[in-house]
Amino acid sequence: MNSLSRRRFLKISGATISAAAAVTSLSSVVKGAQKIDEKTGKPIKGIQKIPTYCDVCFWKCGAIAYLKDGELWKIEGNPNDPLSNGRLCPRGTGGIGAHYSTDRIKHPLIRKNERGEEKWVEVTWDEALEYIATKMKKIKREYGPESMALFSHGVGGTFLKHTMKAYGTNNMTAPSFAQCRGPREVGFEMTFGEGVGSPERTDIENAKCITFIGSHLGENMHNTQVQELSKAIANNASIIVVDPRFSVVASKAKYYLPIKPGTDIALLLAWMNVIVKEKLYDVDYVEKYGYGFEQFAAEIEDKTPEWAYPITTIEPELIRKSAREMAKNIPASFIHPGRHTTWYGDDTQRSRAIALLNALLGAWGRKGGFYLPNKFSVPKYSDYPKYPKSKKPLVHNPGHKYPYAEGEQLSTGIREATINGIPYPIKGWMVYATNLLQALPNRDETIAAIKNLDLLVVVDIVPSEIAGWADVILPEATYLERYDDLNNAPFKQNFVSLRQPVIDAPHDQKPNWWIAKKLADKLGVGNYFPWNNIEEYLDARLKKAGLSLAELKKKGVVKGEKQPIYFDEGIEPGFFTPSGKIEFYSLQLEEHGFDPIPKFTDHGNPPPGYFRLLFGRAPVHTFSKTQSYKFLKDAMSENEVWMNQTVANKMGLKSGEYVQLKNQDGKKSGRVKVRPTERIRTDCVYMVHGFGQTAKEMKTTYKKGGSDAELVTRYKMDPIMGGTGMNVNYVTIDWEA
Amino acid sequence: MARYGMVIDTLKCVGCQDCVIACEAENSVPEGFCRDWITTEAKGTFPTIQMEIRTERCNHCTDAPCVSACPTGASHYHDIGGVVLVNHDECIGCKACIASCPYDARFVHPEGYVDKCTFCIHRVEKGQDPACVSVCPTYCMTFGDFDDPGSEVNKLLNSRRYHSLLPEAGTKPNIYYLT
Repeated sequence: MNSLSRRRFLKISGATISAAAAVTSLSSVVKGAQKIDEKTGKPIKGIQKIPTYCDVCFWKCGAIAYLKDGELWKIEGNPNDPLSNGRLCPRGTGGIGAHYSTDRIKHPLIRKNERGEEKWVEVTWDEALEYIATKMKKIKREYGPESMALFSHGVGGTFLKHTMKAYGTNNMTAPSFAQCRGPREVGFEMTFGEGVGSPERTDIENAKCITFIGSHLGENMHNTQVQELSKAIANNASIIVVDPRFSVVASKAKYYLPIKPGTDIALLLAWMNVIVKEKLYDVDYVEKYGYGFEQFAAEIEDKTPEWAYPITTIEPELIRKSAREMAKNIPASFIHPGRHTTWYGDDTQRSRAIALLNALLGAWGRKGGFYLPNKFSVPKYSDYPKYPKSKKPLVHNPGHKYPYAEGEQLSTGIREATINGIPYPIKGWMVYATNLLQALPNRDETIAAIKNLDLLVVVDIVPSEIAGWADVILPEATYLERYDDLNNAPFKQNFVSLRQPVIDAPHDQKPNWWIAKKLADKLGVGNYFPWNNIEEYLDARLKKAGLSLAELKKKGVVKGEKQPIYFDEGIEPGFFTPSGKIEFYSLQLEEHGFDPIPKFTDHGNPPPGYFRLLFGRAPVHTFSKTQSYKFLKDAMSENEVWMNQTVANKMGLKSGEYVQLKNQDGKKSGRVKVRPTERIRTDCVYMVHGFGQTAKEMKTTYKKGGSDAELVTRYKMDPIMGGTGMNVNYVTIDWEA
Repeated sequence: MARYGMVIDTLKCVGCQDCVIACEAENSVPEGFCRDWITTEAKGTFPTIQMEIRTERCNHCTDAPCVSACPTGASHYHDIGGVVLVNHDECIGCKACIASCPYDARFVHPEGYVDKCTFCIHRVEKGQDPACVSVCPTYCMTFGDFDDPGSEVNKLLNSRRYHSLLPEAGTKPNIYYLT
C-alpha cells in the first residue's frame, strides 16, 4: 500500500486514524487493528474505522467496525454496501459480542473422558492438528478417505472443504439445505428452472402487494428485506399474512389469515382457484411463458374457498378478498417464498404451489416481484492441483432415493450412513460452525451416529452442544478477528465485499483458513495450499477481477455497474425447465412419479391435551449461535412458550410461570416461561429456536429457556428432495419444571 | 431556539431492538440497563388484534418534572435543543427524578449517578443523528427540531395521525408516534 492511497482514505473517512494503518504487509499472519503505534511505540489513541462484512447470520452485510483507543467499540453498516445500506440488524449491531463472549474457547482442547462429558485437556495447535491428522490417516488407511464427512455452515467453511477434498472425500453437507431452504429451492426450480437463492431475489421495495406464508419477516431480520419492507409500507403496499400466530408482520397486514397449521397447500390451491376462475391472473404472461396451464386449471377446478374452509379454518370470503387483493396489484405482487421451509414433509409441493401462484401473478422477472440477480464476477483461485477422484458414491442419498437431493447433500443422510454403515461406514466427522444438536431433528439419532465415530472434530467459537461431544475442539477466531473468502453473492446490485480482521483474537484462537491450511500440511496435502496466507489468495482473486486486496481493505465493498434485473429492462425471459417454460405441470416431477401439480395432504391434529409445536426466529438471535453475546443476551436471555390466552386460563397457567414441555415421545424441553397471549391459535404453541442449551461449558446460556430441538424427535421426509419436515411434533405441558 | 425531538412511525417499527443495542454500544450502557426499549401493545382477541410496536426512551419533556424535582440542578435543560441531561458530577443519586418521571426513563448507573437517554447529544452536536435513529433498519425514527417549521419532524406531524405518551401527565413530551 502506498502512502498516497493512505492519505486519500484519511480524507474520505475523516477518521482520526486510518484503517489503512491496520494493514502492515502481506507477510502478517492475521492481525487486527493496531493497538500500538509502530513508530512511537505508544498505544494508539482515537478512533479507527475498519470495513468488513458481518457473520452473525448468512446475509453477510457490509459493516464498519470502530475501535476506540485500540479497543473494539461498536460496529455499524457500511453505507456503500448494497445489502446493509449503512444499517445493520440488531444481531449485526450486537456482533461485537462475538469477540467479547465470556464463554469463548481459548485453546485447542482434546477430550479427557467419555464423549459428551465435556472434560478436556488444553493442548497446542500442533498437538491438536497432529492428533486429528493421525486419526484421519488411519481412517483413510482402514476405510478410505470417503469415510470422513464434513458438516459446514457459512462462508468460513470454504477452506476446510478444500482440505477435505484434497484429502479425498466429497461427503460434505450443510443443514441449511435439507433442514431449511432446500424445499423452496427445489419447488421454484421445478417451476421456473431456478431457485430463489440467497439473498432471496424478492423485490419487496417495489411491490404493491406482498403475501407472507408463515414467514415472519421483522422477527427474522434478513436485513435488506426488512429495510425494503419498511419502504413498501411507506408506499402503502398491501400486506397479506398467513400464520397460526399473529406475528409482527401480521400487525402490518391488510388481511391476516389465521390458518390451521399444516394446511397451507389447501389455501394456496383455493387462492389459485379464485384467481383462475375469475380470470384475474396475468393472462398474457401465462400464455406466453406457461406450460401445462390447462391441466393445472382442471386440477384446481374444484379447489374452491368453500372446499378449503373446513381444512384451513379460513372463511371463504377472506380467501376471496385476499386473492383479489394480490391479483389487483399484478405484476408488482408476489408471495414471499420464505426461508426456513421444512415443515410437514410435503414442503417442496407447498413451495411449488407458492411458485405457481407467483407465476399466475406474473411475478417472476418483474419489478415488484422476483428480480433476476446479477453477480460481480470474481474468478476462482485456479492454481490448485486436481482433487483426487473417488470411485465410491456419496453416502447421503443411497440409490438416489430422493431424486432432487443431488445439488446439495442431505445432512441427515450422512448421519444415517454413520449409524448404519450403508453404503459404507462413515468414521470421522469434521463439524464447522454448525451446532448439529440444534440444527438436525432427533438428537438421539445424532448422538447414536457420533458414538459410531472414530473421530469427531468441532471447529467453533464457543463450547457449543455439538462441541461437547467432540474428541477435539479447535477454537476459531470470530469474524471480527479473521479474513474469510470474498462475498459476491448474486443480488440486485452486484458487488464484492471483504471480511478482514478488525481486532486480534483474544487468546489462542485461529482463523479457519489457517486451520485448513495447517491441517492440509499435516495430512500431506499441503501442496493444495500454494499460497502462504489468505491475503495472497484474496489478492490473487481480486487482481483477476481488476481489483486488489489493498482497495478492498480500504473500501470493504466495491459495486459493479448496474445491470438490468427485470424482463421489462430488456432481459430475455428464459426458464431452465425441460419445457423451457414456467411449468404449471411439472415434467420432472411426473418423470419421478410425483404429483406434477401440487395436491393437499392432511397432516392430522394434535391428540387431546397436546398442541402442535411451532418454532421460529427472534430479531436478536441467530440459531443457537448468539445467545452468549454481550448485548444480545441482555436483549433476549431466554425464550418463552407462546400459548393462547384462553387455553392458558383454562389450564391455570400464569404469565412468566415456568413449565416444561413434553412431546409425544416423552422428551422434555427444559424450563421455559409461559407467555399467554391472544396472538396465537388454540391448537399450537410457539417457541423461538436456539434456547435451552445443554452444554455445561456454555455458562451464559446453559438451560436458559426451553429447547425446541429436544422436542423435535419426529420428522417427516420430503420424498422429492429429502428435507426434514419438523412441525410434526406435539407437546403437552409438564408442570414439573 | 431549537426544540429537539423525535417522530416515530409505528407502522414501520418491527420492535427488533436494534435501537436498544446501538444505544448500548454507542454509550457504553452498563450490562443489565438500557436507555431505550420496545413496548408492544396488543388489543383484541384472536384473530382480531390491533397491535402497536414502539421504541421508547426519555421524552425530553419541555416541562420536565425530573428537572424541577432535582435538588442539585444536575438534571437540566441543555443549551442546545432543550435536551434534558444529567450532570453526573452534580448528581447525588437521590432518585427524586426517577420518582417524578412518568415514563420510567431513568436508572441509577452502577457508578452512582442517574443515567438516561441524552438524544446522543455528542452525535447531534456533530450533525449526526442519535445512534438509535441512524441504525434503525426500518427507518422508523426521525430526529429534528420542532421549532423549525420546515423540519422533517414537523412535516411528518402535519401529514399523519399521531399521539404522544401520557399527555395527561402534562410534561409536554417531545416524542410523537405516527399511527
